[in-house]
Amino acid sequence: MNMMSLTELNQALQTKQISSVELTEFFLARIAQHDSQLNSFITVTAEQALDVAKAADARIARGDAPNLCGIPMAHKDIFCTDGVLTSCGSKMLVNFTAPYDAHIVSQFKALDMPMLGKTNMDEFAMGSSNESSYFGAVKNPWALDAVPGGSSGGSAAAVAAGLVPFATGSDTGGSIRQPASFCGISGLKPTYGLASRFGMVAYASSLDQAGPMAQSAEDLALTLDVMHSFDYRDSTSLDQPKPNYMAALSQPLAGLRIGVPASYFGDGLDAEVKQVIEAAVAEYEKMGAQCVAVELPNQAHAVAAYYILAPAEASSNLSRFDGVRYGHRCGDPKDLADLYERSRAEGFGIEVQKRIMLGTYALSAGYYDAYYLKAQKVRRLIQQDFLTAFEQCDVIMGPVAPTPAFKLGEKTDDPLSMYLADLYTIPVNLAGLPAMSIPAGLVQGLPVGLHLVGPYFSEAKLLNIAHQFQLHTDWHRQVSPLAQGAAL
Amino acid sequence: MISSMNWEVVIGLEIHAQLACESKIFSNAPTAYGAEPNTQANIVDLAMPGVLPVLNERAVELAVRFGLAVGAEIGQTSVFARKNYFYPDSPKAYQISQFELPIVGKGEITIEVDGQHKNIGITRAHLEEDAGKSLHEDFHGLTGIDLNRAGTPLLEIVSEPDMRSAAEAIAYAKAIHELVQFLEIGDGNMQEGSFRVDVNVSLRKPGALFGTRTELKNINSFKFIEKALAYEIDRHIEILESGGEIVQETRLYDPDRDETRSMRSKEEANDYRYFPDPDLLPVVVSDEQLAAIKASLPELPGQMRVRFEQDYGLSAYDAQLLTAAAVNARYFEALVAELGAQQAKLAANWMNGELAKALNKAELTLEQSPISGDALAGLLVRIVDNTVSGKLAKQVFEAMWAGEGSADQIIEAKGLKQITDTGAIEKIVDEVLAANAKQVEAYKAGQEKLFGFFVGQVMKLSKGQANPAQVNDLLQQKLKN
Repeated sequence: MNMMSLTELNQALQTKQISSVELTEFFLARIAQHDSQLNSFITVTAEQALDVAKAADARIARGDAPNLCGIPMAHKDIFCTDGVLTSCGSKMLVNFTAPYDAHIVSQFKALDMPMLGKTNMDEFAMGSSNESSYFGAVKNPWALDAVPGGSSGGSAAAVAAGLVPFATGSDTGGSIRQPASFCGISGLKPTYGLASRFGMVAYASSLDQAGPMAQSAEDLALTLDVMHSFDYRDSTSLDQPKPNYMAALSQPLAGLRIGVPASYFGDGLDAEVKQVIEAAVAEYEKMGAQCVAVELPNQAHAVAAYYILAPAEASSNLSRFDGVRYGHRCGDPKDLADLYERSRAEGFGIEVQKRIMLGTYALSAGYYDAYYLKAQKVRRLIQQDFLTAFEQCDVIMGPVAPTPAFKLGEKTDDPLSMYLADLYTIPVNLAGLPAMSIPAGLVQGLPVGLHLVGPYFSEAKLLNIAHQFQLHTDWHRQVSPLAQGAAL
Repeated sequence: MISSMNWEVVIGLEIHAQLACESKIFSNAPTAYGAEPNTQANIVDLAMPGVLPVLNERAVELAVRFGLAVGAEIGQTSVFARKNYFYPDSPKAYQISQFELPIVGKGEITIEVDGQHKNIGITRAHLEEDAGKSLHEDFHGLTGIDLNRAGTPLLEIVSEPDMRSAAEAIAYAKAIHELVQFLEIGDGNMQEGSFRVDVNVSLRKPGALFGTRTELKNINSFKFIEKALAYEIDRHIEILESGGEIVQETRLYDPDRDETRSMRSKEEANDYRYFPDPDLLPVVVSDEQLAAIKASLPELPGQMRVRFEQDYGLSAYDAQLLTAAAVNARYFEALVAELGAQQAKLAANWMNGELAKALNKAELTLEQSPISGDALAGLLVRIVDNTVSGKLAKQVFEAMWAGEGSADQIIEAKGLKQITDTGAIEKIVDEVLAANAKQVEAYKAGQEKLFGFFVGQVMKLSKGQANPAQVNDLLQQKLKN
C-alpha cells in the first residue's frame, strides 16, 4: 500500500476501502519499524496525526471531504508547526515549539491531512548531504551507507522508503531536487513567489522556495495545487492565477522543444549519469519532442555568486537566534557579549557558522561592492541567459547532480567539492525559475534524476512533461530496498 | 569664559518623527503608547523564526506628505535595507530602514531667527522601524525587554549641516515639529518620544573645511537642544584652543547634570552591513498616488501666515503666534468661523492676550485649556453685540476659567450686561455732572483733560456696565452746553 499514488489513496479513502486512521497507523508503523535505520524524522507526532485522521474519517463519512483529505503527510522541519518542535535541524532550536503554523502548514491542515511528523534536514537548510543536522545524518534508503542528499534529505528518504506518501521540502540551491534525485523520487521547486514563505524559517530569503516531494509528477500536481496559494503575509508572494495542474498532465508533447546546454554535459559529469540523462532525452524525442542546442554562458559563475548571496542573507536572517527570546541560551552568561557569543557558538553547527562568517564578511564595509553587488550582477546575467534560452525552447533538460548519492562522510573534509556539485541546481534559484527532478535511471543501483527547468510559472507544463515521461517509463516505480515488499 | 569669536559653529539635525499609524510599520500590532510591556508585540515584532514583514501603506503615504511639504523629490522607487547590529531590544538583530534609496530626497524648509529668514536644506527623509526598550530597573540586576515600541513607524529626517547657531537649530527643529503636526503625520509628542532630535555639531574657522563632528543624543525638549549645544560647543572650543583634536563620537546628553558624555567612538561604531531587505519589494509610488497625496495636503504654516495677514489684516507677529502649532491655528480658525472675518483681529487679540496669559500662568497647553474654542467664541460674540464691554469681558473670562459656566450664564448671574439704554445712561451722566459742578466749571474754562474724569465717574456709578461709546457721546453733548 505504501507505494500507492495519492490518487489511488484518495480513491480508497473516499470509497471507504480504508480509513484515514488505518492509513495513518500503517505509516506510523512503517516509521516505527524503519526510521531507526534512516533517521528521516526529527519528530513523530503520532497522537496528533491520529486525531486528525479521525476528523478526516468523519469528514469523509459526511461526504464533504476535499481531495487529499485523510492522506498522511510530513513537513520538513523548516516549517513552523503550532505546538510542535520546529528545530530546523539545529541545536539552536532544539527547545523551540513554534507558536504558529506556516502558511503552507495551514493549507494542508485545512484538508485534514494527518501530519505524521517533521522530517530531518541539514541544519538551517545549509548542506547537500543531510550530514549537518544536529539530529544526525539521514541514510539513503537505497544504500544505507550513502547520503540521501540535502537539505530536504529527511523528506526525500521518508518518501523513498515508503514511510509517508508525500512530504514538503524547501529549495534554496537545489535542496528539493538533489535529494529527490539521490532518493529516486519526484520533486518540484516552484517559481519564486508561488508558495508562501511565511512560517518557513529563512535561510536565504531571495532564493528559498517551498515545494512538494512525492512518488510521481501526478502526486506533485495534486499537492502543488495546495501549495500554490497567495499569502499577503509574504510580500514576495505572487497573486498568480492557478492553472488546473491535474488537467494539464495529459497534454501531448508533440512539438516540444527541449533545450540542451552543452555545458551541462562537460567535465565533472559522471559518465554513467550522462548516459542516463541522454537516454531520458532520447525517450522524449521518441515521444515527439525535438532537441535544441542552447547556451547558458554565465552558469559557470553561479556557484560563486550563490556562495556570496546566500551566506550574506543568511548572516542577517540567522542573527535573530541570539539566546534572548527563544532557542539555545548558554549557561551563566557573564555579560551581553558573552551571552551572544557563547549561545551562538554552542547553538550553531560548524557549517552554519562558516556561512554566517562568509556572509558577514561579504557585507562588510569595503567589501560590499566587490562581493555582494558583483554577485547580484552575475545573478542578473544568469537570469538573462535563461530568458534568452527560453526564446528557443520550452524546457531545459540536464542532470540534477554530477553523480548519484555519494557515501556518508565522503565529502565531509572537502566542502568545496560538495558546493561545486550544486552547479546544475543553483542557477535555477538565482533566476527564480521552476524546476523538477524526476527519476530517470539507476547507476550502480542508485537512482539518478533528470532535471527539468522551465520559464516562470510553467509548473503546469513541467508537470505535464514529467508525467508523460512517467507514462512511458517506470523509473519512478522503482522502489528502494527498504520500501520493497512492504505494500499491502 | 572662553572666547568663541573665531569659531563658526556648524550644526545638522537628525529628527525621528513617529508617524501617526495605528499599526506598526511591518506588522499589524497596535502602536498605542503606554500599554503593559510586551502586550503590543506580535510574532512578527518578536522576530519569531519564519515571520516576514509586510509594509504598512499608510506610513508610505505619510512620508510622501512630508516630502511634498518640504518641496522634496519623492523617490518613486525606494528600497528598504537591513541595518545589522546586535542589541536585545532589536529582536531581529537588524533594523529595517532605508539606505541608498530613501522615500524622500532633497528638500528645504524656511526658518526665522530674529526676523531673518533662512532656508535649511533637508538631505533626505526615510522610513524605518523603531526598536524596543531595555528596562534596567525592577529586575534585580537583570535587564527586562519591552518590545511594544519595536516596529513603530518612524520618519527619520536628516538636515544639511546648514545651521550656524543653537537658535537656528531650535528654529529648525520647531519648524519641522510644527510641520509634522500641521500635516497630521505625527503627534510630535516629545515626552513620549514621538519626536526625537539628534544633534550633529562641529566647529571651524570661517571658510575652512568642516571640522570633526560629534553627535548628541537623548535630547527630548527644545530647551535641551540649547543646553546640550552650549555645553558641547564650549567643550569643542576648549579642546581646539588648547591644541587638541575632536574625537568623532556619539555623546549622550544628561539633562540632570547638564553635560554630554561619550557613548561610543567611531572606532567602536558598528559596521551595519546594510543590504537591500530581500523580504520586501521596492516601494513604488505611482504618479496617480503622488497626485492624490498632493491634492490632499493641508495648508502649510507659511501659507497660512500669509493668508492670516492678507485676509484678516493680522500683524506678522499675531500670524506667527497663531500658526506656531496646528492646534493654535485650528482654535483660531474655529473662532473666526463663529465670529466672521471682520472679528478676526478681536479673536487674535484674545487668543494671544488673555488666553495665552492664563495658559502660561497655569502652565497648560492650548489642548488642555479649560476654555474651549466654542466657549471663548460665546464670550467674544457678546463683545461684538455690545452685551458686555471689553473690560467686563475680562471678568467674564476669569469666571469661565474658574469653571463658573458659559459666558451667557456668567453675564446673567453677575449682572454684567452692558447698559445701552440711552435714557438710563443719560440719568447717570446727569447725576455725575450735578455732583461735580466744580469740575464742570473747570472743564468749560478749558481744562479738557477732565473729560476722562467724567467718563470714569460714569463708569464707576454704572459698575462698568454703561456702554463706553454712548457715555462718551452723551458727555460730549452735555458739556458743550
